Amino acid sequence: MITLTALRAFDVPIQTPCITPENFTGKSLAEIKVLPVTEGVRNLTLGDLFKIEETNDGTSNITINGDCAKVKRVGQGMKTGEITVNGNIGMHTGEKMAGGKIIVNGNAGGWTGSEMKKGTIEIHGDAGDYTASPYRGNDLGMKGGLITVDGNVGTDVGCYNQGGVIKIKGNAGRFLGFHMSDGAIYVEKDVDVRAGALMTGGKIVVGGKMEILPSFTIDNVKPKVKVDSETNVAGPFYVFLGDLSEKGTGKIFANKAANPAFKFYEKYL
Amino acid sequence: MTEILIKNGFVVDPLNKINCEKMDIAIKNGKVVAKVNEKNAQVIDAAGLTVMAGGVDIHSHVAGAEVNMGRMIRPEDHYKDPVRKTALTRCGTGYSIPSTFVTGYRYSEMGYTSVFNGSVAALKAKHAHEELNDIPLMDKATYILTGDWWFVLENLAKGDVDECARLVAWLMRATKGYAIKIVNPGGLESWGFGRNVHSIDDPVPNFGITPREIMRGLIKVNKKLNMPHTIHLHTNNLGVPGNYQTTLDTMKAFEDLSTDGKPVAHITHIQFASFKGENWGKFKSGAEEIAKYMNAHNHMTLDMGQVTFSDTTTMTADGPFEFSLYELGGHNKWVNSDVETESSGGIIPFHYKKNSPVNALQWSIGLEIALLIKDPWKIFMTTDHPNGGPFYDYPKVLAWLYSKKAREATLKKCHKSAKKKSLLPSIDRELSLYEIAIMTRAGTAKALGLPDKGHLGVGADADVAIFNINPETLDISQKFRTARKAFANAAYTIKDGTIVVKDGQVVNSQIPGRTFWVDAETKDPCKIDDEMKRKFRDYWTIEFENYPVTDHYVKVSDRLERKASV
Repeated sequence: MITLTALRAFDVPIQTPCITPENFTGKSLAEIKVLPVTEGVRNLTLGDLFKIEETNDGTSNITINGDCAKVKRVGQGMKTGEITVNGNIGMHTGEKMAGGKIIVNGNAGGWTGSEMKKGTIEIHGDAGDYTASPYRGNDLGMKGGLITVDGNVGTDVGCYNQGGVIKIKGNAGRFLGFHMSDGAIYVEKDVDVRAGALMTGGKIVVGGKMEILPSFTIDNVKPKVKVDSETNVAGPFYVFLGDLSEKGTGKIFANKAANPAFKFYEKYL
Repeated sequence: MTEILIKNGFVVDPLNKINCEKMDIAIKNGKVVAKVNEKNAQVIDAAGLTVMAGGVDIHSHVAGAEVNMGRMIRPEDHYKDPVRKTALTRCGTGYSIPSTFVTGYRYSEMGYTSVFNGSVAALKAKHAHEELNDIPLMDKATYILTGDWWFVLENLAKGDVDECARLVAWLMRATKGYAIKIVNPGGLESWGFGRNVHSIDDPVPNFGITPREIMRGLIKVNKKLNMPHTIHLHTNNLGVPGNYQTTLDTMKAFEDLSTDGKPVAHITHIQFASFKGENWGKFKSGAEEIAKYMNAHNHMTLDMGQVTFSDTTTMTADGPFEFSLYELGGHNKWVNSDVETESSGGIIPFHYKKNSPVNALQWSIGLEIALLIKDPWKIFMTTDHPNGGPFYDYPKVLAWLYSKKAREATLKKCHKSAKKKSLLPSIDRELSLYEIAIMTRAGTAKALGLPDKGHLGVGADADVAIFNINPETLDISQKFRTARKAFANAAYTIKDGTIVVKDGQVVNSQIPGRTFWVDAETKDPCKIDDEMKRKFRDYWTIEFENYPVTDHYVKVSDRLERKASV
């Protein structure tokens, strides 16, 4: 196991796409220390920014200690192994991830799990805007895998989701699940406006307050809903179908108790 | 200025009929000279290397409003290809629509020294010139969309070719343009009313003129103005299955206009205009018919518009074509525009995939035409950057042309339609370095009417590309990857007598390059009266006085003076 400890407080963005378990496998400590990273416009090595130690446990798992909110692209494209971050982590963590696990004991930045295909990301704090969403302008959403967030998430979470599962214990910002075509998003608390805009498939489950777009239509009321094989949520829930402006068949499950205003829709059932 | 002596290279110079001969090239004051004093000159030991003139790209969208709109709608395209600044070069981005500086650097790294911008509407010419100024290391020029300009349509409808010629001469001067560009003649004007033309004899709404009359009229105008290039034509029905028939009709319509055996028109990105079959399901290659016609006639030149299988951005002034592409579905964005009284435009990001039957066949159509046309002076290598693929895929296209092995390697990964519905697997032709030099520099320079480009004879511009290819020891058709790498990273690129690239890296980025434009001197000036100014006031968003590109817009201006016969 490799342990990276931040040598100082970072105040400009640092790009470290080299921090993945596969990249560290088979490399000596000296080789890992000279892996290239950039801090702002300066080209540096990993050893310039982190104290690097090795514990012989037969794995190439990685532990990162310290406040790394400025450290971007940790675990980019990783396929196996595990990365544990004790502290905050920056943007694009686990981007294009195809396997393995990332645990963040702190907050994560934007675009966490962007274009993810497989694997798990556990965030025990908040996650930023565009979590599990592709880069601006792109339509390559999350294809699979699981992201869990214990805190809140920002705006535009799970955009263009094509099959991934995202579970959020806190609140979510605007445009949750924008343009999603498959997969599931579960938010235990409140969701800001325009959830599911332009969605064509998949489901969004909301345990707290939310607003529904006029381009959704009520379908029925269900006592409970299955998010994935492990999570069943008890309701009852109003089920909305949409987004009709895209001829979509996505479903939004809105908690009946938390959304008394939706009683209005019952007359259309 | 320094003197340079390139010693012992294998020189490939088709315009001077030199094929892989070991000789020296001397350079002084930015020109090729007979000899220089070896003691004072900087000597480049080119033993075992191939020496060619700098590449001349005849059709590439590198500047203008549509290019910039493409940049704006594709942040994800730049995101995957950031370019860091170095001590010598500026930062920027790729990929399919690179920033201006990166465009210059990357062309130069491949041994190219001149690029001709595919199209720009006259109204957007100022924008195009500002971008051309910022493309370093390259000589450049832009074609001006003339085919649907209202004054051209009005005068051709009246049958007044002479007045039309005088107006076009004024337009070229006003926009600092190089050649007459015609895109889907009549179709762009119709698109302003949500319509299109579907053959060269369909009437254009409100003008009572047909595409045939527009094209023939402008060929006559081109001749009267004695322009260096022919008309530069994007045919009707582009990108529509079955359009090879329209393309053949178009070519036939010009047969009688070539009197001296010289080409009268250049059809650009011919691949997109050679589709056979009634619909996309029955899509087939029309390359054989086009090539057969081209082999029997001498009045046209073509360029390929090769598809290279990449995630790219299609952009054209052909608004109705982009609309039909959008209608096919699967696109998450589309830009549509109607450029007032001049043109239209459309942009769609497009990913050409090997496993798509249509895309795979498009790939083979481009190569088929290039290989079936026997004379390389008639067809030039382009990807219609960025429509078929970005220009940094040129080495790939070259590899497909000079190596059957390279074609087979790609064919194996392609959808079976490329094999079944085209002649490509049966073609054994492999181009030589001599033919490649024709298709990338000598032929294009000749077609563009640039006497000082595309060759290395005494008096030519000192634009030289040196590649790490030894024609005596390297069999390019077998070791196609080695040669491809050599074409992607020029050993040396010399621009105007200065070494700008060494070993595929820019070593001098301070050569701005010139902008060519045509000033055709007519016997009488065109009629610029109150009526014309009134039309500008009524139909254009800018006043007549603000329309022309003033001299200070062009950083290094190179005016080509022509004597017109009207």
